Amino acid sequence: MTKHLIGQGGMTRRGLLKSGMAMTAAGLVLPAGMAMAQTEPKKGGTLRIGFNSGSTTDNYDPGVWDTNFVQVFAQARHNYLTEIAADGSLVGEVAESWEASPDAMTWTLKIRSGITFHSGGTVTADDVIASINYHRGPESTSAAKPIVDPIVEMKSDGPNTVIVKLSGGNADFPYLMSDYHLPIMPAKDGKIDPTSPDGCGPYKVDDFEPGISASLTRHSGYWKTDRAHFDGLLLLALPDPVARQNALLTGQVDVINQVDLTTVSMMSRNSSIRVLSVTGNQHFCFPMDTRAAPFDDNNVRLALKHALDRQEMVDKILYGYGAVGNDNPIGPTQQYYAADLPVNGYDPDKAKFHLGKAGLDSLDVSLWVAETGFTGATDAGSLYAERAKAAGINITVERAPNDGYWSNVWMQKPWVASYWGGRATCDWMFSTAYAAGAPWNESYWDNERFNTLLLQGRSELDDAKRAEIYHEMQAIVSNEGGVVIPMFASFVMGVSNAVATPDVVGANWDLDGFRAVERWWFA
Amino acid sequence: MNEIWRMIGQRLLLGVLTLFIISVVIFGATELLPGDLARELLGQSATEETLAALREQLGLNDPAPLRYWNWLAGVLQGDFGMSMATQKPISELVGARLGNTLFLALYAAALAVPFALLLGVLAALWRNSIFDRASNALALTAISFPEFFVAYTLILWLAQSGLFPSMVRITGSTTTGEMLYMAFLPALTLTLVVTAHMMRMTRAAIINLLASPYIEMARLKGMSPMRVVLRHAVPNALAPIINVVALNLAYLITGVVVIEVVFVYPGLGQLMIDAVSNRDIAVVQAITLIFASAYVLLNLLADVLSTITNPRLMHRK
Amino acid sequence: MIILISIIVGLALFFMIGVSARSALQAVAPAHHKPTFRDMPLTASFGLAVILFYIFVAVFAPLIAPYGESEVLGAQFLPWASPHYLGTDKLGRDMLTGLIYGARNTVGIAFATTALAFFVGSFLGLWAALVGGWLDQSLSRFVDALMAIPALIFSLLLLTIFGTSVLTLILVIAAVDATRVYRLARSVAQGIVVMDYIEAARLRGEGMWRLIRREILPNAMAPLVAEFGLRFCFVFLAISALSFLGLGIKPPTADWGSMVRENATLITFGDITPLLPAGAIALLTVAVNFVVDWQLHRASGLKE
Repeated sequence: MTKHLIGQGGMTRRGLLKSGMAMTAAGLVLPAGMAMAQTEPKKGGTLRIGFNSGSTTDNYDPGVWDTNFVQVFAQARHNYLTEIAADGSLVGEVAESWEASPDAMTWTLKIRSGITFHSGGTVTADDVIASINYHRGPESTSAAKPIVDPIVEMKSDGPNTVIVKLSGGNADFPYLMSDYHLPIMPAKDGKIDPTSPDGCGPYKVDDFEPGISASLTRHSGYWKTDRAHFDGLLLLALPDPVARQNALLTGQVDVINQVDLTTVSMMSRNSSIRVLSVTGNQHFCFPMDTRAAPFDDNNVRLALKHALDRQEMVDKILYGYGAVGNDNPIGPTQQYYAADLPVNGYDPDKAKFHLGKAGLDSLDVSLWVAETGFTGATDAGSLYAERAKAAGINITVERAPNDGYWSNVWMQKPWVASYWGGRATCDWMFSTAYAAGAPWNESYWDNERFNTLLLQGRSELDDAKRAEIYHEMQAIVSNEGGVVIPMFASFVMGVSNAVATPDVVGANWDLDGFRAVERWWFA
Repeated sequence: MNEIWRMIGQRLLLGVLTLFIISVVIFGATELLPGDLARELLGQSATEETLAALREQLGLNDPAPLRYWNWLAGVLQGDFGMSMATQKPISELVGARLGNTLFLALYAAALAVPFALLLGVLAALWRNSIFDRASNALALTAISFPEFFVAYTLILWLAQSGLFPSMVRITGSTTTGEMLYMAFLPALTLTLVVTAHMMRMTRAAIINLLASPYIEMARLKGMSPMRVVLRHAVPNALAPIINVVALNLAYLITGVVVIEVVFVYPGLGQLMIDAVSNRDIAVVQAITLIFASAYVLLNLLADVLSTITNPRLMHRK
Repeated sequence: MIILISIIVGLALFFMIGVSARSALQAVAPAHHKPTFRDMPLTASFGLAVILFYIFVAVFAPLIAPYGESEVLGAQFLPWASPHYLGTDKLGRDMLTGLIYGARNTVGIAFATTALAFFVGSFLGLWAALVGGWLDQSLSRFVDALMAIPALIFSLLLLTIFGTSVLTLILVIAAVDATRVYRLARSVAQGIVVMDYIEAARLRGEGMWRLIRREILPNAMAPLVAEFGLRFCFVFLAISALSFLGLGIKPPTADWGSMVRENATLITFGDITPLLPAGAIALLTVAVNFVVDWQLHRASGLKE
């Protein structure tokens, strides 16, 4: 089997940070009266952000970034070939435009001229090639390796053109180039220096203390004139939810991410701050190993899909900050979302019926959870177990340690808690986590029809045909897939009223698609 | 005095032995932990291919005894090695944080020790009085709350009104005065956590002596209770008191990771937890050895002090 | 004002419970023990009453609790009103039920852990002191090394290696605690083994086990009991701190340490829900130590 473009761009370990992506306008919730009149963004001020992550091992190497602290820090100092805009559309950044051959196997990227690095020097095709090459090849330890592996050849055609040849057609290639692991960095002798903070992004690094803070000032030669409004940034690692909340409430920071949902209603009573919540494709899920009994029987999977109260989970685990999931990783805001699929609702009788079809009166299964899987996973497991009792299903909730969860429990135990940020496109999401043989196919699912459709959809450039293909694939996943997806979780941020946000806030990632530092301003 | 020097020398040798045992135990334990540095660094996004490449680069494929031996050889030459996860020398990673940890420990000790001793002596003096019972009950209540709970309560009362900052941010230009102000809440939390233990031990040590014949004698001579306690009981109760103080000082240096997290204090505890979860063995080893040395030295200091204050121990036959 | 009233009510309750417990104990105690209880201070009788109450709740939890241990009944964070007299928690489980089952699990685990730690720690400590020589040296050095490793880190390592079942939790915390007990027991016993009566017992040819049990232990009891009181309560805190790192007791088992942790974020908004499990721990700590103090006082021979 040839390697296909597998986007694992969003796989993260600690934060809630798998890529999410809204293809249409992202839902932006503002408290009544707060929908501010769109004014011209003002320049100035130092934006201080408190993050739920940040570790002493954070560094400048783009191959290993995996928490939102480093991800936002990266977007603050780097530019990428392409950018996913707040409304979910794809816009050019370092790449001004792009063009595909009819088989979608050869891509010609036009590099914008006049972009400068912090250290001086202009961005050229050689820098782009070196930056992408860093993640390729057998020596590569980059987490983005699977994304760039299908590239068979990259060459420049003058300083402003890069030609990329792929091993197979991929209509979504420019989307993949927006992955946060792939910043454009200055090349020296055909190689980038992964230990250097130098980039061509909006801010220049002054100081970085891993696990504590990073401070930056505006890059005076930045090419975008309508972006990057702050004079400087201060990024702070505040992993304790209470510390983070209090820092915001007492004015020690201006913005925090991942507000503790238990107390969000009490926090929002404070009149000097507001809660900003966007729902994208980030979803929480319970993947089962479909190779192992009893999960190899689709009747058992269906029984489990009908044995949980999804609305109750949204209410009690997400405190309403989210939406009900239908075992389909493609969210309602995405372009090819299939809205007319039958809903897998809470129905103990139906669950019993499916168990019966599998030849069982009752079922005893273990569900491994940890807060690393997703925030609230332990409680979600307890709720699941309570509700499943009515269907004659006994779920034992096994709490695993946070430490080492992704190496020892996820994809090792037969049924676990996990989360995905979703992906920018259907193909990206499906080929990452649902295609047979994909490294992160967390349910070890292998559906022949689904795999065939996946290949068809990838190289199809006609929109109507793609929509049809992706509709059928979503129906298959929802009905036969090995992943229970009870809910889509919003990104919930706390923002001081001194900070102004655009009308549409990106939902592909936390903090406005990691771009708050570039898109927001002080009112 | 020679006795003391001999004891110090002997104990220091034993201390080195202790450190050696610890380094073996910790190395073994981190080896037994599921997962390794390569897996933790690449996280959920690891593939077999990238894992293999990274393991090769980091030298993780060498057998464990060989890696331990390399590490030990380095340490014997005064080189604690590099943090593999951050590719920085250990001394650079640990230096500033060690200073912060010691600062917080001393700050808390400066508040807690005098306070605890005073309360302990007064409680012993007015034993079974309302004061004794109340301070006892309060102290017990304070230690029965988890540290983060005490910390959150203090934040509610003292930080939300803007009196003290709820997080500590140290930059190059932070003065000692600012440090004292910013670190007040974490220091106060630690004070509340350790005071009870020291106070109860002080009280118990003194009361334990009050039934002795020589105290009885002093009292019969008509000495005031205050004088009996201060002049006759306290000097003889010093040994256990010094010991419990040393134990708590060691705790203030080694056991404050939860407080560091809540107040965003950049100390060694947080670094240690990060290093454990990253399987960054060189860092785990270095910090454990620092903690263990603090413990060994404080215990030694306590023993030396209690020997000096007790002539009977000084001139053992 | 509310604080003042609650202090007054609290004190009144304290005296009521203390006095009635004392008279009740006097009434039921066998004749030769009656004076013991007659002279007991109010604090001790209060402590004893509280401990007995906790034991009662722990033993009969399934009979007392209004609902099932993990039963999800309704909306989350319901106020204190019938039928949920202490409200509901974040999943909509009855808080009172959680506290009652928590008593059973937490007190049970804490007791098992402390008892194990004391059995192992004091036996080894007394043994080392009695035998001396290389056995004492090697045991003590090893314990020293273990004690020098911060307890939280040590438990974190062990629990990650061996998993987090209730049994491993008990064993790991007991192992950490046992080192502290060992040190105390050994230092106390060192003062005792040089006494003449031990020498006499040795000459009589008494065996090691008998020496420890009959000659040394009774004389080393007082400090060990005092330590037991504190160690017992520290187990709750250890479980609570471990749940801060995600290593505590697994659901659906309710325990106070994890309950405090779960609800702790509410405290910074002045919500008193987290006070309930924390208060339950604090009350037990105070009660146990009041009784311990009384026992120590009796043992010290002070007559005032």
